[in-house]
Amino acid sequence: MFRTLSQRVWPSRTVLVREKHTLPDLPYDYNALEPVISAEIMQLHHQKHHQTYVTSLNQAEEKFLEAKEKNDLKTMIALTSQLRFNGGGHINHSILWQNFSPKGGEPEGDLLKAIEANFGSFDTLKNGLSSSAVSLQGSGWTWLGYNKSTNSLAIATCSNQDPLEPTTGLVPLLGIDVWEHAYYLQYKSVRADYVKNVFKIINWKDVATRLATARQ
Amino acid sequence: MFRTISQRLLPRCMSMRQKHTLPDLPYDFNALEPVISAEIMQLHHQKHHQTYVNMLNQTEEKFMEAKEKNDLKTMIALGPMLRFNGGGHLNHSIFWQNLSPNGGEPEGELLEAINKDYGSLENMKNIFSSATVAIQGSGWGWLGYNKTTKTLAITTCANQDPLEPTTGLVPLLGIDVWEHAYYLQYKNVRADYVKNLFKIINWKDVAVRLASAKQ
Repeated sequence: MFRTLSQRVWPSRTVLVREKHTLPDLPYDYNALEPVISAEIMQLHHQKHHQTYVTSLNQAEEKFLEAKEKNDLKTMIALTSQLRFNGGGHINHSILWQNFSPKGGEPEGDLLKAIEANFGSFDTLKNGLSSSAVSLQGSGWTWLGYNKSTNSLAIATCSNQDPLEPTTGLVPLLGIDVWEHAYYLQYKSVRADYVKNVFKIINWKDVATRLATARQ
Repeated sequence: MFRTISQRLLPRCMSMRQKHTLPDLPYDFNALEPVISAEIMQLHHQKHHQTYVNMLNQTEEKFMEAKEKNDLKTMIALGPMLRFNGGGHLNHSIFWQNLSPNGGEPEGELLEAINKDYGSLENMKNIFSSATVAIQGSGWGWLGYNKTTKTLAITTCANQDPLEPTTGLVPLLGIDVWEHAYYLQYKNVRADYVKNLFKIINWKDVAVRLASAKQ
């Protein structure tokens, strides 16, 4: 998933070789999250929306490197918006697919302890995430994140595809996508029902792993 | 559609506020098919726009309560809700009038203005379409009128930010590219929706808005 910049050293010059980003596979079938999220939504969301972020990100990076080679600073700056939007879209959705699981479950162990320490109870966390997600104006994401400085959990929102860590420093643990494409075909205008149901398919093991990694 | 505050003189001054209401569509829900489905029109009008109206009324009520208590912090805190829901109400009220099953083509002074500022209708549509399709996230593309320079302008607003309060441009024609405006029918292909929308623009309404703005 992550881009690597390889430098190859030749006798006369060094060449920067860029590997392209690719669309990660889903860890389950398109229909695996039904009835919470329909197969139709999963397929469009993955093959159209996420794929477009990947494709546009690769294009933006290519243009950025071309501008860099010409020392065209104005173009490099102009491209940052595309980099942020498409890069954020790719990062966010790559996390999202892992955050879901058909089996759902509940938080346990260190994750549950952290939740109780910071929010009092799992229910309070769910209520906090839900109200934040439902009241988000426009397109964006609500996140459960980890603050490495204070060793605490936090709920945060980002607009559009702004990625959590680059914009706030919080490590993303669990994201709720409230762009209308994430739910509209099934839930229409009733975002609240989608957010409520999404808690049935959260892969809390993945959330726990992200927390453990962040704490290292 | 517009709120009036009637001040009735009593032993102490009281502001009477009239609530905002959802304007009727000037056509049936299915009138804009096949460009926009009846299902989308009904949801867009009866759910989305209605919610902006309800939330706007609630927000204004809370604002007035805070004002009466001189609670400035709350008045300021209510700003985003006023902007979002007020903008949503303003924008959609314009949008329903901007659309028509028999929209026609621009003529007269409107066409002259378009040709003067963009060279041709085709050129204006191309610029308008690209700007609108490229909006990141939710928002609106606008053809607006700059009263200072007496020129047309194409610009975009995020979320439900209303054009005139945020840019000073007078709104003539808006294109809603929130996903709820097209997704049930066009899925992720926003470009097709925007292209088709030009078939149902009520150019007479756009012309009337321009004429009013020029007064």
